[in-house]
Amino acid sequence: MPTETAHVPCETCPAHHTANLIRLGVNMENWDYVVALAGNPNTGKSTVFNSLTGLRQHTGNWPGKTVTRAEGGFLYGGKRYKLVDLPGTYSLLSVSVDEEIARDFLLFGRPDVTVIVADATRLERNLNLVLQVLEITDRAVVCLNLMDEARRHQFIVDDRRLARDLGVPVAPTAARQGEGIPLLIQTISEVATGQVACKPRRIQSEPTALKRAIGQLAAKIEAAFPGLPNARWVALRLLEGDARMIEAVRTGELRDLSQGRPADQPIFTSEVAS
Amino acid sequence: MTSKPSPDEILSSAATLRWEVGANLHDAVMEAIYTDASQIADRAVARSGQRPRFDLDRAIDRLVTSRWTGFPIMILMLTVVFWLTIAGANVPSGMIANLLVDTFHPALKGLAASVGMPWWLDGLLIDGMYLAMAWVMAVMLPPMAIFFPMFTLLEDFGYLPRVAFNLDKLFKKAGAHGKQALTMSMGYGCNAAGIVATRVIDSPRERLIAIITNNFAICNGRWPTQILIATIFIGALASPHLAGLVSAGAVVGVVLLGVILTFVVSWGLSHTLLRGEASAFSMELPPYRPPRILRTIYTSLIDRTLYVLWRAVVFAVPAGAVIWLVSNIHVGGVSLAEHTINWLNPFGLLLGLNGVILLAYIIAIPANEIVIPTVLMLTVLSARLAGIGAGAGVMFEFDSEAATAEVLKTGGWTLLTGINLMLFSLIHNPCSTTIYTIWKETLSVKWTTVASLLPLIMGFVACFLVAQVWRLIAGG
Repeated sequence: MPTETAHVPCETCPAHHTANLIRLGVNMENWDYVVALAGNPNTGKSTVFNSLTGLRQHTGNWPGKTVTRAEGGFLYGGKRYKLVDLPGTYSLLSVSVDEEIARDFLLFGRPDVTVIVADATRLERNLNLVLQVLEITDRAVVCLNLMDEARRHQFIVDDRRLARDLGVPVAPTAARQGEGIPLLIQTISEVATGQVACKPRRIQSEPTALKRAIGQLAAKIEAAFPGLPNARWVALRLLEGDARMIEAVRTGELRDLSQGRPADQPIFTSEVAS
Repeated sequence: MTSKPSPDEILSSAATLRWEVGANLHDAVMEAIYTDASQIADRAVARSGQRPRFDLDRAIDRLVTSRWTGFPIMILMLTVVFWLTIAGANVPSGMIANLLVDTFHPALKGLAASVGMPWWLDGLLIDGMYLAMAWVMAVMLPPMAIFFPMFTLLEDFGYLPRVAFNLDKLFKKAGAHGKQALTMSMGYGCNAAGIVATRVIDSPRERLIAIITNNFAICNGRWPTQILIATIFIGALASPHLAGLVSAGAVVGVVLLGVILTFVVSWGLSHTLLRGEASAFSMELPPYRPPRILRTIYTSLIDRTLYVLWRAVVFAVPAGAVIWLVSNIHVGGVSLAEHTINWLNPFGLLLGLNGVILLAYIIAIPANEIVIPTVLMLTVLSARLAGIGAGAGVMFEFDSEAATAEVLKTGGWTLLTGINLMLFSLIHNPCSTTIYTIWKETLSVKWTTVASLLPLIMGFVACFLVAQVWRLIAGG
């Protein structure tokens, strides 16, 4: 395949997480990058998914419509992207099945890019999920969807300001009209190929005691699993006594994740902060 | 360099720190997230101008979720959708039947004869399997092609969550989940689809209730039975210019009975086998969005209509073979079908039905849509009506309702048989596709059995009671 000609060693190939992804039920044949689609319910995730893939997954105007994980793909700039539509959730911190699926996929599947679809008319509530996802992954794009409705309700959303505050690119879209989709695709590819580096915002307003505890524990976790992108979040889950996370630490499953894609991988060296 | 902390070290350190941060960790984290989110949102969002004077969304919401107008609007909307489906499906149904049954079927028979196919193979393949498939296509495709896009348009527009909102209180009183309103609505298209849709319900207890009661939503395959029997037996009671309205009313009555049964059985289950509190149901009412009509029609045709149709065809083909076989295998000079009908007849009559109907429901387990053709075929067979139909074990449907009525009345049908058939069509076991879907969704033999047999037993009891009361009053 064409990847042979590129000077990319096998173990740094973006499809390196094959084993994890296959375990999560993702067919990993012939894809260069895996893109996850997360977001609150009824923010138009499935519509974004359809615009990106050209598929016709059923969309509906009610929350909780996507009950199974949908997959599709698209080709951009000679690279093949696999898109995985996760169930819509308001948070990643509670116990419902949907949230578990989304959380497990982001953590253990380690998608190359996570697109977080946010409703521009309900930004504050949507940001709750955005911030949680940014704790888990360091490569994300916020798709600020339903911009048409925001305009209709006379909201002005400053997407540049938002991108600066969140530390990840923001692509404003109106997916139902196909507006902004080309920009979204380009942004996804820039993050996937490392042309744009993300410095995701981490939550800052915790009480001091909690902040200190997370810091201490995260330092230990980072020492044990160098390269793990979400030590803070793992620390938080351990403090909460999350059984799944305790098991991942005990069995060393976390180690696989931390070794999978070192931050200084050749393909991502051109860190052009925009 | 310090050595790497071992997993146990990390876990014990986590356990120690957990004591230091205290018990309200989760709340503290959520609060921190909310604070950050609100700060960021404040900086990024501004409002221009003043609020639009008239908020259309809110005005519509006030109307469709109002205590007084909500339910009438809901019933009206559903009636319009059903009426359009019923009225609109007639013509294309006839056209497909004309093509597949009246044109292709004789052509195929001719072809088979010209290549010298043995009569039994020709009968099994063409009269059995091909005709079953043709009938399912003719009866199912047009209503689905009308019903699913209309339903999807309502969904796309944002009406369904309002229906759920309206029904939520009733479902909660029954100890079930408000989202069951959505899955019930899906059931009016196809119970298997409705059962898959119950995945939106998180609590396993409430999901099981939704799965078990989904059968009380009349699916596509049962609409033709309801409409035809209502027209023949109930519409005929009224004067001709009212007949249409009266038979439509009878069908709506059966639908409402199904809704009532859904509540009653939900209540019963949540107070016996599936005891528990109804979980709180928070679903935001999404904004109304202008539906994208062409896209919706396209996706609902591809995703739902063809998918469901394919499944029905797959199940109907073997059923067609069975019908032909039981009608053509003779034991002691009498076909298997007649043996069975005679054997089932006493029980059927006790229920105000008859042996033909019971056998038809056994044969039609794979797909409800073949009930009426099977009933007619078996009636002709058992009553030995000369000069009607197309031979033993050949499914057919009469062009006019008058001809159908003639056959049924000659077969000993009364008004009671008609009413009880409508009841039994509402309350009986789910089709095999649905049973299989229930098993796949619950992975439990026990609950699949309950979901299959509970409605069947209820149907027997309901028909029996109606028959007894009827005979008491009518003295027959």
